[in-house]
Parts: sequence; C-alpha cells; structure tokens
Amino acid sequence: MTVMMDTGNRIAAKAAVMAKPEVVAAYPITPQTTLVEAIAEYVARGEYTGEYICVESEHSAMCACIGASAAGSRTFTATSSHGLLLMHEMLHWAALARLPVVMCNINRVIGPGWNIWVDENDSISQRDTGWIQFYCSSNQEIFDTVIQAFKLAEHEKVVLPVMVNLNAFILSHTSMPAEIPDQHVVDEYLGKYVPKWKLDIDNPTTFGNIIGPVHYYKVRRAMQDAQLNAKKLIPQIAKEWSKLSGYFHGDLLEYYKCDGAEHILLSMGAIGAESKIAIDELQKAGQKIGLARVRVIRPFPTEEIIKLGKQADLVVIDRNISVGLEGALFTEVKAALYGESDAKATGFIAGLGGKDVTYKDIETMCRKSMKGKAKEQEWYGVEE
Amino acid sequence: MALKDFPLDECLLQGNASCPGCPATIGLRLVLKALGRKTIMVVPACCTAVIESLYPHTSFDVPVMNIAFEAAAAGASGVEAALRQQGRTDITVVAWAGDGGTYDIGIQALSGALERGTNFIYICYNNQIYSNTGIQRSGATPFAAWTTTTVGGKTEFRKEMGEIILAHHIPYAAQTCISYPEDLYCKIKKAMSIKGPKYIEILAPCPPGWRFSMDKTVEMGRMAVDTGAWSLWECENDVMTFNGKSKLILEKKVERKPVEDWIKYQGRFSHLFKPERDEKRLKAIQEHVDLLWERYRKCYVKI
Amino acid sequence: MKKYPVETSLSYPKLGAMGKTGSWRVFKPILDKKKCVKCLRCWIFCPEGSIRREKDDSVNIDYDFCKGCGVCANECNVKAIIMEREEAKKK
Repeated sequence: MTVMMDTGNRIAAKAAVMAKPEVVAAYPITPQTTLVEAIAEYVARGEYTGEYICVESEHSAMCACIGASAAGSRTFTATSSHGLLLMHEMLHWAALARLPVVMCNINRVIGPGWNIWVDENDSISQRDTGWIQFYCSSNQEIFDTVIQAFKLAEHEKVVLPVMVNLNAFILSHTSMPAEIPDQHVVDEYLGKYVPKWKLDIDNPTTFGNIIGPVHYYKVRRAMQDAQLNAKKLIPQIAKEWSKLSGYFHGDLLEYYKCDGAEHILLSMGAIGAESKIAIDELQKAGQKIGLARVRVIRPFPTEEIIKLGKQADLVVIDRNISVGLEGALFTEVKAALYGESDAKATGFIAGLGGKDVTYKDIETMCRKSMKGKAKEQEWYGVEE
Repeated sequence: MALKDFPLDECLLQGNASCPGCPATIGLRLVLKALGRKTIMVVPACCTAVIESLYPHTSFDVPVMNIAFEAAAAGASGVEAALRQQGRTDITVVAWAGDGGTYDIGIQALSGALERGTNFIYICYNNQIYSNTGIQRSGATPFAAWTTTTVGGKTEFRKEMGEIILAHHIPYAAQTCISYPEDLYCKIKKAMSIKGPKYIEILAPCPPGWRFSMDKTVEMGRMAVDTGAWSLWECENDVMTFNGKSKLILEKKVERKPVEDWIKYQGRFSHLFKPERDEKRLKAIQEHVDLLWERYRKCYVKI
Repeated sequence: MKKYPVETSLSYPKLGAMGKTGSWRVFKPILDKKKCVKCLRCWIFCPEGSIRREKDDSVNIDYDFCKGCGVCANECNVKAIIMEREEAKKK
C-alpha cells in the first residue's frame, strides 16, 4: 500500500491502469485531459501495456470501446460534458449490447457559452441510457469506485457499462491523498476478465441485426433486471473490496449523522462532501438534520429514499436542472416517496454553471427549508 | 486467377433478406471467399444490416458486429486493438459499409482510423444512394440522378472518395466493381497481405435504386467501367496502377464509351431522355467524366 | 454452436434465415446442361449463392432459395440458362 497525493483525474487514471484494461480509447476534453494524459504517461513509462487508441472524437472513443469490448477485452475511457453528449448514441449502444465498458465522466457545464466549471447536467441527461452511474466526493472514493466499477460491470448478474462521475476541478484538479493498494490486491479482486459474449471466429454470431418487438422488449426488460441486480450487488462488492483494501465506499447512499434527524439533506458529488461541514455546523447549533449523499443515481436507490422519508422531511439540492420541471434528483426522490411517505420534500437548484456552493450556502438552504419558508422548489443564489 | 480457382466455401448463407439481384450480396460472397473464416466484420447501418436477416438468426457465418451509421471505422479500430492485445493477429478485421456510411456520415471515423494506421480493411460497397432507407441522395450519387430527395435530378456532382482516401497515403487503396470477380478477389487478397489501413471501394449497381431490371446488375457495373463512369485501380504505397479495362482506357488502347451508354439503361436518369433529350445535362455529365479522365491521365500516365 | 448466456441482440447462423426464399420467385432459371460449358459465371455472380458448383464444375440450381433475379441467365455467355415464368410452368 502507498499513499498517493494527487488530483482526482490522476487518481482515476491510476485506478484505471491498475484494473489492466486491454484497450483504452479516449479523446481529450477539458477538464478530463489530465486523466488521459496520465494514462499516456503510464504508456510512455511502460507501466500500461494495453492498447491506447487516441481517437478523433468521443463518439469514436465509445465506438472503439464497444468494438474492443465486443471482441472480448476489458475497456476504459473518460470524457466530460460535450464529449459525453457526443457519445450519447453509443452510450445506449454499449448498454443494449451488454458490454461492461467503464468510463469516468468529469461533470462539466454544457455550452453555449463555453464554461468549463462543474455542473451535473451532462451525466444527469444520460440517465436513461442504461449505464450505472456513480457520483464521487473524494479522491479515495474515486479510486475505490473505479476499481469496483469494473467488478460490478463485469458481474454475471449485471453485464452493463458503468460511469464514474467526478465533479470538474473540485475533484478532477484537486489534490487529496488516496491509499493505493498493491497491484496484486487489485488483480486478486478483479480476476481475469471473462466476456459474457464476444465476436468469436470459432462461434460466429451477428450482434445487433434487425430485431422485432417481441424480442426487443425482452432485451430491455433484461437490462432493467440487471440494473436492479446491481442495486443489491453494489454494497456487496464494496464489502469485498474493503476486506482487501481497507476502504469501504459502496452503499447507494452515504449516511452522515442521520440518527434522530428530523430533516435529511440529499445531495450529490462535491456538494455532497461540502454538505458534511454544513451538517456539522447545523447540529452544533442544535438542528436535527442529517445527510444522505446519493452515490448512485442509476440504479435509483428507491427503497433507501423511502426509508429516509419515513424518518424525516427531505431537503434536496440539485446541481442540474431538467428545464421545464425541476432538479432531477428532486423529481426522483418525490417519485420514490409517492404513496409510501408523507414526508415534506423541498428542492433547491444550486451551483449551475460552476457557481460556488459553500457549506454556508448549504446551511442557508437547510435552515430555510427547516423553517418551512422554502417553496417546494427554489433556485438558490441566482444574482438578479 | 480463373473462376474455377475461387474457393467453394460460402460464409454468406442462402435464404437471406437481400433483394433479388442484389449487388451487395454478390460483393459479399466474393469478399468472403477471399477473406475466409478468420474474419470479423463490422457493419454500420446499411442494406447489409437487413441482409443479415432477422434476430435470432443471421445469414452470416462469420462474426459480425453491427454498429451505428457513422461508426464502422471506429468500431473496427476497437475490435482490431483488442485482437492485437489478445495475440489474435491472424484474424482480419473488416469494416463493410455503404456509400452513405463512408462518403457522408462515416467519413470522420474513417479518416481517423486511416490516419491512426489501424490494421484493417475498410470496404465501401457503393450503390450511389441511401438504398436501405429508400433511395435518397448521398455524396456518391451522380449528377442528375433521380432519388427520392433529388426528385428533379441531383444538382451536384458526386465527390471523389478515392482521391480523398489517397490523400491519407495509406499502404493500399483500390477501386473495383462487383462485375469483375477476379479483380475484386485479388484486391482483397492483396489487402490481406499488407499491414496497416486498407481501403477498397466496390461499385454496386442497385436495381431498385438505379431503376433497372434485376437481371442486369452485373452488366450495369461493366457498362460503368466501359464508359469511364467508374474505374478499376489500385494504389500501393503511393504507386497508382489502373487495372483491366480502365488501364486500357487510361492508356487510350480502347476507346472510352460515351457515358450515355450507361445512363440510358437506368430509370434514375430517364428524365434526361423523356419527354425530350436534356442536352444540357447530358453534356454536363459527359464533360465531368472527360475531366476526371484528363486528371487521371495528367497524374498517372508516364510520358 | 454455443449460445451466450446474455439477453442482447445476438443472432446465430442459419441457412434460410428468412425462410425458403425460392417462394419469392416470379421467373425461374432453367439450366440446359447440354449447353453448359462449366465457365462458372452463373456460380460466381449469383447474388444468393443458389447456383451449386459440383466437383466437376458443372452446376445445379438450388430452387429452395433462388429468388429468380435472372443474373445467371443474363451472364451466361452460351445461353444455357433461360428464365421461365413460374405460373406458366404450374399450368
């Protein structure tokens, strides 16, 4: 074991290389660039011996990962924002093809105008593609989640692609320590990759030809089953990892000081980390509020949210907006509670376009909500 | 190479979903005879996705991966990289795409894969239209041809994909046609023997798309070559060679027939002849072919 | 043939994946073996692969799958194949 003091991107790259994918295909985009540059450095030093394809677009990056995965190899890529949007068609393709591609996405604002700061609208708008989606809040969590992503994606009851999200700059470019286990620990954990199907000259099949409604329906249903399986497996494979590495990042939600809470804050990504300080401050001031940081949005942790709704009223902060409705997490939380709990839920939109959201801001939102002064859905911090 | 020397093995099975008289299946049979069974094919949206037939069955007896329209070369890049990592360099990776997937929506991925030196064969079967979607214009559709999106005839000339490919200076590029089995077969075989990116374009006259009788598929390809509307050539390490009839035309050993001899048999050009001859457009078509061959002669005939 | 244990659009090779496509035929190719010179042009150009090449390079037509396009007849240099309307023959 060594301690690596480095940025989220470089720690993600370290994890990806330690998982030994046979093929990495990627295209540079700010703020993902330092991640793929780090992989290029591993290639130059001979520490990564797989194929590294420098493709001409993110669309081609995902296509190359699909091709390599279909040919029976473990694959990895990374992107951000517009790159993820350009991949959109192929995100569906990878998931429908049941190919366990692992990807890091650095959450960044969508243009126009050009803005490279954090915002989760890029990955939130990919929720329906069939990818499993994690949101990290520290560099240790990034490392652990990337390793676990391969395990989960390749699990025989899952066989779906996995996206590990980390917020632009706050995580991607911020150095924090992370404990890195020895290579043999990762090797032992992941094992040799055995594809569930592949293009094989000794057993020729055609993947993706014309399929009628009856069979297509079954393919979709199987994807849903796989996502639901993942829900059960995420904590389980995290436990296996913690036994080997000592770190546990694995529940669908990370609970922080929820015992006895009458209000529970739900947030994601970097705001999720910042929320811990806000909760500390609020509890010091005698407020009965806890935090449930949502780590996984697909599969959606419905049962866990219901449990929270039976305990407390909920405050949801979204760093995304489904324009014409509200924050996506807010909508999904309310949908989970429907018919199950009378908990009051208030939703805040905050930090779009990379606008800073400090623990003080989070405190303000929570206080307003707890006082019953917040509208059901509010925009926080829009400067008129 | 005589026809009796072609292998018997068939990797495209009978009873598939192709139209009667389909040039793509003539091409596929020939290509697969040359490639053999150690082949993985990557197919974007095109008629071949239909020819494969309906799930859960396929008419292909080699592994095929379908991929999105613009993605054949990128998908093939991934397959090739994976096989190289697995030490399976004995397998030939082939992208098989139509002209829409090559000239238009797939040109970026194709150019990228060629530039990266991907060790694969990219084959474009060119029927000069989006045929699978019901005969719309593509960048390969010739001037004045009717399609469902160029109802009065296309107002632009087709692009010269061959010349775009040559600008990549890849180790091997060639043009052939389904009507010349020996030429086609030998070009695939040569491509298999060369490492790096290879591009082969096959002219594929489409009966419903070009509006001619389905028994004339092969004849229509020969006429295209005889009139110089299409040419057979190969370019190995930047050395250009014209083949067969096209070589004789280039060297003026046989006379290039008027292009009208080709278009008059195709319903897609019928508006140039009825109700009266459209001399202006007929002249423009001939002049365009003349210019092309003038350019070929300037570039490729040694004085 | 091994079936993969994953529910996705994976298809397996089958002769006649679209059934006996010979039923599509309107015109039927009739081969006159006496005229045939075993040049194999019909075999190589058949879009369906429905001309069976025998060991002695003679040919037979597989009517189960032949779609009746007539390319074989058109390409036969010795006119050993003619096209006949299917219905006419039934009568």
